[in-house]
Amino acid sequence: MVAFDAAHPATQPVAREVMSSGDVSRALRRIAHEILERNKGAVGLVLLGIPSRGVPLAARLADIIAEVEGTAVPVGSLDVTMHRDDLRRQPTRVVMPTKIPTEGIDGQVVVLVDDVLYSGRTIRAALEALSELGRPRAVRLAVLVDRGHRELPVRADHVGKNLPTSSVERVQVRLSELDDEDDVVRITGGER
Amino acid sequence: MTRRHLLSSADLARDEVEAILTTAQSMHDVQRREVKKLPTLRGRTIINLFFEDSTRTRSSFEIAGKWMSADTINIAAKGSSASKGESLRDTVKTICAMSVDALVIRHNASGACHQVAQWVDASVINAGDGTHEHPTQALLDAYTLRGRLGGSLDGRHVVIVGDLAHSRVFRSNVITLGRLGARVTVVAPPTLMPSGIGAWAARDGFATAWDLDDVLDAASPGDRPDAVMMLRVQRERMSGGFFPTEREYTAGYGLTRERLAHLYAVVPDIPILHPGPMNRGLEISAEAADATSSVILEQVSAGVAVRMAVLYHLLAGSDAPSEKAEAS
Amino acid sequence: MSRDIGSRDLLIRGARVLGEGPADLLVRDGRIAEIGSLSGGSGAGPGGSASRDAQVIDVDGLVLLPGLVDLHTHLREPGREDAETVSSGSAAAAAGGFTAVLAMANTDPVTDTAEVAERVFDLGRAAGLVDVHPVGAVSKALAGKELAELGLMARSRARVRVFSDDGRCVSDARLMRRALDYVKAFGGVISQHSQDSRLADSAACCHEGELSGRLGLPGWPGVAEEVVVARDVMLARHTGSRVHVAHVSTAGSVEVLRWAKAQGIAVTAEVTPHHLALGTELLTGYDPVFKVNPPLRPTEDQLALRGALVEGLIDAVATDHAPHARHDKEHAFPDAAFGMLGLETAVGIVAELFVGPGLLSWAQVADRMSAAPAHIAGLTDQGRPIAVGEPANLVLIDPSAPWTVQASASQSLSRNNPWHGRELPVRVHATFLRGECTAYRGAVRGQFDIEELS
Repeated sequence: MVAFDAAHPATQPVAREVMSSGDVSRALRRIAHEILERNKGAVGLVLLGIPSRGVPLAARLADIIAEVEGTAVPVGSLDVTMHRDDLRRQPTRVVMPTKIPTEGIDGQVVVLVDDVLYSGRTIRAALEALSELGRPRAVRLAVLVDRGHRELPVRADHVGKNLPTSSVERVQVRLSELDDEDDVVRITGGER
Repeated sequence: MTRRHLLSSADLARDEVEAILTTAQSMHDVQRREVKKLPTLRGRTIINLFFEDSTRTRSSFEIAGKWMSADTINIAAKGSSASKGESLRDTVKTICAMSVDALVIRHNASGACHQVAQWVDASVINAGDGTHEHPTQALLDAYTLRGRLGGSLDGRHVVIVGDLAHSRVFRSNVITLGRLGARVTVVAPPTLMPSGIGAWAARDGFATAWDLDDVLDAASPGDRPDAVMMLRVQRERMSGGFFPTEREYTAGYGLTRERLAHLYAVVPDIPILHPGPMNRGLEISAEAADATSSVILEQVSAGVAVRMAVLYHLLAGSDAPSEKAEAS
Repeated sequence: MSRDIGSRDLLIRGARVLGEGPADLLVRDGRIAEIGSLSGGSGAGPGGSASRDAQVIDVDGLVLLPGLVDLHTHLREPGREDAETVSSGSAAAAAGGFTAVLAMANTDPVTDTAEVAERVFDLGRAAGLVDVHPVGAVSKALAGKELAELGLMARSRARVRVFSDDGRCVSDARLMRRALDYVKAFGGVISQHSQDSRLADSAACCHEGELSGRLGLPGWPGVAEEVVVARDVMLARHTGSRVHVAHVSTAGSVEVLRWAKAQGIAVTAEVTPHHLALGTELLTGYDPVFKVNPPLRPTEDQLALRGALVEGLIDAVATDHAPHARHDKEHAFPDAAFGMLGLETAVGIVAELFVGPGLLSWAQVADRMSAAPAHIAGLTDQGRPIAVGEPANLVLIDPSAPWTVQASASQSLSRNNPWHGRELPVRVHATFLRGECTAYRGAVRGQFDIEELS
């Protein structure tokens, strides 16, 4: 999970930029193309972002796909909080809305979109949440950053950047839609 | 946000109220799904300990717990008086000896939940204590009103009418609505006002009035009500001499057909709330209860979602008592 | 000089009598035999005439007062011996510096006959730690309907002089009038629990005011007490009898007392330490330990009561010590029993509120807690001056021994102690009943070795 302190960005200790705004945008463009290639077009695709930063990422992927293919792809959000298995280890999280496109997900290819893939627990919760909403033909996973340290047998289909990290480091993703600054991915904490 | 008990509406700061209402919105969506069960509280035990019967509140807590996969058990307990039967402390200690995560308590004595919270390790949720408070009712009222008034209660004027002296709904609402920025005016005959309400209202920033029509008919448009909440008047109060006859009460403080028509002329489609159960013809006319702007059934339907949100906020986080073993 | 065999002289050296300059006291045969100024060398003063085996205690700096007298104690025996007995309540009283207590009539059976009164009196004698004087009920079974056998109780071995339906108000004005008239024959006094039962209904459990409104607790207003106090002083005037207002709790009652005393009406009044020191705000946690009748009142009332005690409008401090078994208190607040402990802490609270700030001298404390209550109750051998020939009912107080009240450390069988955790500035060092040490530093006779006494 990405952890960050939005209120005090200046107080972050040492931050190392690993993806610039241009890198983010190029990565998303490549992921969009991969999704289309894998799906042989945009038909039957549904993009579901996992709050909070997966939601704007899914919207951006949908925009790119629409631009490339000329057809709109249904996009929504899937909050997984209530399905997490680590609720007891964390302070209570605020539940974000789940919005499923009116077409539903039955028989569709659902692409889950998240910013960082880490332990895999978020994705496990997402698969469980998804199963209560319908039965997709296939579920794929697109992430902006894969930082390793998996605790479950989960693998992303589409990765913006593989980022080897140590477990004491934190990966911070900032997106212009949510964070009042240009897109950027940083690593904070750890040595240096 | 971590909080072990919900004993009073005053326990919740504005951001906590808002977090609960936001979560309740998501839970409301879940209710519309085919599969309503969430795994969130799997393995948690919730006891609904009701010393006073309340089908509505008990069943909505029960459904809320079950939809979140908690093991929910109802216990109907008998209150006991001093020097007779089991003490309240013994009753709850006995129940909590069975590894309970949360006690949802309804009691006919004010403060019973506060007392129980001193004695047990479980989270205590006040489901109505005597004439003191009913925090989850206030949350679902706020939830319903937010839905009807465009999402925010800031600066909105809510009028609460009825037996304030004996109303736990009023006591919780005046706090929760105040937290959300609403202006509250409470209306009752002097005999049904709580003691010391003048000083209380001045301290907590709400208004009081004895004349309902003056309030509904406010001269300045800024003072007109944005919502009206009618409280239940128990018929037994008459024998206590709180008011002379039902007829007289209705004439002064009931939301009658005439008063409703008059109100609609000033504020069309004003939301009408009532915590139930209603005395039709006493504090609320059938026309008002069934009016298109009545949100009385929405209040009921919000009950489960709001209680799911409350259970989630109290029990899902890391501070829950049965965490001790796992945390290290 | 002939003396009872086995009775040993006691020489108290260097005590500050009524808080004044140091003196030596020789106690012999239960009476004060000699008093003298401490003058330099040993051997001078009354010590010179003490017998060779006299027990000598040097109490340099301790304050010596007449033994305290409590006009208002609930000892629960007969009937609720699980909450308190005459013996355990006597122990609590002695530990608190008392040498006499008046035991309220609301026992089971009620003290409404000479037989019950004599039984309580005899139990007190058997315990032997304080003089236990039973209070007789005004009405049979405290029912407020017919007079109890006031005369037989007065004539009994217990010599009852104070009558009260405490816990309940004598509501019926005619019954109250008759009682006041009747007790004139034997110098009795009616101690009234002033509370209009219609203004304070059976559900009421606290002071009615802003806080009770917020807490949703049914309360009763100060006026429920005041209307009865006002009625009773008029009845006292009409009958020419004596009325005593038990546990005065409101500023309005103080105003009525002021007026009545100015008229020369024979009215006296007592106030409890808890009404002087504790306020309604303690109820916010709904802890039944603070549930008491009359209820804790707001600050304005507390201040008026303190002023009235200093002024003498309120004659006496009385504890209304009301022990309750745990299981009678651990209910929801409205269902829990009324009452709180008070015997062991009373003089500490009075010292904190009045002696420390210079509002009352120790001599005035002796008046409010010993002489005045003894006089009201018609006790001739208690509350006496500290003078040669007087009974040696005495208490030694250490004026600079702060201690923290622990509910678990009490002579009472009950634990409903509202003072738990409070630091009190003074401590009862030793209590003497007719020259015999009944309590020493919180322990009572049998729990300490008399040779330890120092």
